Formats: sequence, structure tokens, C-alpha cells
Amino acid sequence: MLRIEWKFLILLLVSMAVYSSCVGEKEPEDEGEKTVQLEAQLIEEGVHIATGFKAEGDYKLVIANCTSCHSSQLVTQNRATKEGWEDMIAWMQKTQKLWDLGENHDKIVTYLATYYGPEKKGRRTPLLVEEWYAIE
Amino acid sequence: MNAKKKKRTEIGISELYSKEPEQADQLLWGRQADPITRRGFLQKGGLMLMGSVLGGKIVFADHMPGGLIPIGLFEQDDTPIPGKHPDLVVLNDRPVNAETPAHLLNESLTPADVLFVRNNGIPPVEVKVDEWTLTIEGESALSTKTYTLQELKNTFKHYTYQLTLECGGNGRSEFNPPAKGNQWTTGAVGCPSWTGVRLKDVLNAVGVKSDAVYIGYYGNDRHVSGDPDKVVISRGVPIGKAMEEESLIAWGMNGQDLPAMNGYPLRLVFGGWPASTSGKWLTKIVVRNKEHDGPKMGGMSYRVPCKPVPPGAKVTEDEMCIIESMPVKSLVTYPKSGGLLKAGRSLAVKGKAWAGDLSVREVHVSIDFGASWQKATLSQAVNRLAWQSWEATLSFPEKGYYEVWARATDSQGNMQPMIVPGWNPKGYLNNACHRIAIKIV
Repeated sequence: MLRIEWKFLILLLVSMAVYSSCVGEKEPEDEGEKTVQLEAQLIEEGVHIATGFKAEGDYKLVIANCTSCHSSQLVTQNRATKEGWEDMIAWMQKTQKLWDLGENHDKIVTYLATYYGPEKKGRRTPLLVEEWYAIE
Repeated sequence: MNAKKKKRTEIGISELYSKEPEQADQLLWGRQADPITRRGFLQKGGLMLMGSVLGGKIVFADHMPGGLIPIGLFEQDDTPIPGKHPDLVVLNDRPVNAETPAHLLNESLTPADVLFVRNNGIPPVEVKVDEWTLTIEGESALSTKTYTLQELKNTFKHYTYQLTLECGGNGRSEFNPPAKGNQWTTGAVGCPSWTGVRLKDVLNAVGVKSDAVYIGYYGNDRHVSGDPDKVVISRGVPIGKAMEEESLIAWGMNGQDLPAMNGYPLRLVFGGWPASTSGKWLTKIVVRNKEHDGPKMGGMSYRVPCKPVPPGAKVTEDEMCIIESMPVKSLVTYPKSGGLLKAGRSLAVKGKAWAGDLSVREVHVSIDFGASWQKATLSQAVNRLAWQSWEATLSFPEKGYYEVWARATDSQGNMQPMIVPGWNPKGYLNNACHRIAIKIV
């Protein structure tokens, strides 16, 4: 479970940037570090940390259109083919007040089917043990 | 990367805004307000990012003053679910859906703070208990009556039962092809005690016509879309189930008020049936002369194919049947999966078993992937529709990796399957044997 207290946390970098812009200083040696690295924008190991989406393709369209009513977790825990995602979107549009996605529709479906497509698994999967411990 | 990590520290967003609000806007969101009106967003990127952080479109973005801290940042909550154990696994934080790791269900009476949460909508924020009312009406009710919560408590006899509540989608994560929805593993189940009045006593006081076939509920949670007039979920049960002695209109759990996330201050409880029938934040019950037709009664919701279908089949709505009693199932609640045990020592495994409207007749455990089974000691339920505790002492022949499997058999001889049972489009009713991992070292 990814549980990150990102919302109140920003980088020292930001405060340094605020401070330096107030007093007119510059940090010419490292332009890259001046980019705002807000936790909300942070991507680590290809994952957009604030939402958990794979930060590939049109993920920003998915954030903008698919996290208004429900959490991104409702998307990222699911797996489906293109057809399956189409069905879910149609159901949300029919019953849950999801708007017409217009020109973004196909991009969103493609992103979902590409990064959240079905995985091959049998009728039982291997048990996943996060941490072995001693039974007293 | 290392240099960046070293520089990172935590400062509060309030602090940043208190220093230079417009700078903060720029830095946090790439936001630059219109220089004349000092409102709105000059670049759409800033708006989209802020919207995504807030978790919603900022509808009146054009009027949003520059330098304003979006209040949504403070409303969004990363802390554990109110009133709930921090070790619950959150599948979805909006609406809240969280399940209970099996080892937290080891007590025969499920503590209120570990009972799973399955919300379809947003719970009421401010509950005024003194003003809470329950109305009974409908075409098959002889009259319409409204009771305050206090009147319900004063008018009808109180009953307390321990009742098993399980989400119809518990176990969905194992279906293949995958089924849409919250990917519950094993933890959308629990068995606390519930206190309230019998639904049948209230229905009889109102009067039920002879043509009544179903009851439906309405609660006052809000739809996730924000539309105040949209009903989140309104399901129910056939009149026969409604009239059972254990079917309650409940205000209490384990001797306390209901937890906020489990329907405070009033809800229905139908033990052994999909928990979605047990409406939360209950304000109205309708007595129907036909199958209730509220949201999530029809379509594909809480339904499975009337006849078995191959995995991945297209099933039309008219081929789907409503789930009623839940199937036989069990959990290993002690030890927690992943235990290392010294060779030569025996292990007392414990668990729970339940069977919808039925009782559990036997529980067996296996340490050899189902090749052989050992009968467990099984306790009686404290009352009808409560789960039963079981226990077995295991010894392991040699060092290595083992899985402990549990398999319950109900009073009609139905057994849990060792593999995931029949595929269905929405991934309901997975009652495959629970498995835990043990290593002998």
C-alpha cells in the first residue's frame, strides 16, 4: 500500500526558491534543481506518486477525467482490456454522471488498456509474503 | 538523485503561502493569475494540476483569487479512516473501501474498528441524531409511518445478535479475466454484534399488505458525482428475509454506537447476505409489491449468471440473477501468513467459518496443497447467522515451505472449492479455500 504524506510536503528546494527569488539570488550552477519538485508532480520509478498512475502516455488526461468522483485507486487496482475499459466508461456515463470524454476518449482508453491491461494468471496465484516473521 | 534526496525536507504549505502567496501559487502549481483581476489561471496546466491534487475540477477557477490556499488540500485526508484500525488495507480512499487482514479477525467477536468499510458514496458529514428519522412507506405498506431514532428505541423491543456481514465482491481480486470494481482479497467480512429492533416488528406496526414481495432501503449518503438528488445505492431483500428474527434495524455495534463508516446512526443488518443489502445511514424503507428496483438492484450489480458461463463470457442483463445467501467460506485468522516456525514444533491454527443462511458443519485443514485433510475442532455459532470458530493443531514433517489451507463444509454438504469458483462478470462469490504461508526452519 502506497501511503505518502505528500500533500503538506514540498521540497526544501521550493522554500529555497521562494527565498532566493525574494532576495534576488540565483543558483546558476544547477538549473535542474530549480524546477519545482512539488510532491504532487513527483514521479518516482515511472509512477506519479500522488495518484499512483504509471506516468506514461496520457496519464494526465486520466487524472483530469477519472479522479473527480473517485480515487485514482479505483482505477489502478483494476485490470481490463480495451473493451473492458470501454464498458466501464459506458457504465459510468450511463449511471454515474461521467461526462462525454470527447476527443480524449480514445486516448484515455488506450492509456488504461496499455498500462492496466489483464495479467496472465491461473486459478490460484502464488502467496505473496511481504515479510516473514518468527512464530513465538 | 542522491543530492536531490538530501535536499528534500518538509515544510508546511501554510508556511509557504504565509510568506508569499502568489509566489507559492507559481511554485506549487505553475499558477499565474490574471495580472489585472488577480484571479483565474493564465496557463491551463496549473489549473489541471491543482485540480488533480484537489481530486476534482475547480469549477469556478476563473474566479479563484490568486494566492488562495485551496481548502481541498486540507480536506483531503491521508490519515487512517476515522474510527478504524490503521492496519486496514485501503483499496480506495474516495469513496472509502478498506478491508481487514485475516489475522485481525481472530477474535470471535469482530471489534468495531477492524470491520471492513465498503462505501458506495460519501457518508453524511454531520449527523444530528436527535433529528434522525426513519420512514416506512411503499405500495405494499398499509400506512406510512415516520419514527425518530428515539421513538424506534422506545417503541420496539431491542435485540442483539452477532451477524456475519460479507461484501458480495469479497475475493474479487482472484478472478480471471479480471472483474471490475474494488479488488477485495479476503477481508470484506466480519462478525460483530448488532443491537437494534427487528425489522419485522416495525413492518408489522406499519402494516404489510399480502402482495408485498420485497423491501428496499434508502440512506442519506451522497453520490460521488456530488449530485445531491442522485441516489447512491438502494437495494433490499425479499419479504421473507426481511421478516426473519435476526433481520435488524440497528444502531449499535458491540455495545457502542455504529462506527461512522459503518452507517452511524442507523442501518439495516441482514446476516449471511451480500452486505450491500444491509443499507447504511438508513432513512427510509419501502415495502414493494415487486422486486425492488433502486440503483444497484438491477443491471449487473450484485448479480451472477443464472446458469454457469465460461470465463470471460458476455452475459446479458436478463441472464443475470440476484445474489441471495452467500456461500460457505472460511479464513485462517491465526497465525498471520508468513510465519517462520522452528522444526519439531506443532502449530495451533485458528480461524472462522460461515455459510450464509446456513451453518457450518465441518472445517478441514491441509498442509499438503489439498492432498490430505485434517478435521478441525469447530464451535457452535452463538446465534443463527453468526460465524463459527475453528481450531486445529498441525505438525510438519520436515523443514520447508508450506501452505495451510482451510476448507469449510456447510450444513447441506456444500464445500469450499480449492480453486477459484465459477467466473462471473462482476467477480462475486469467490469462496475458494483461504491459504496462508508457513516456513518450517
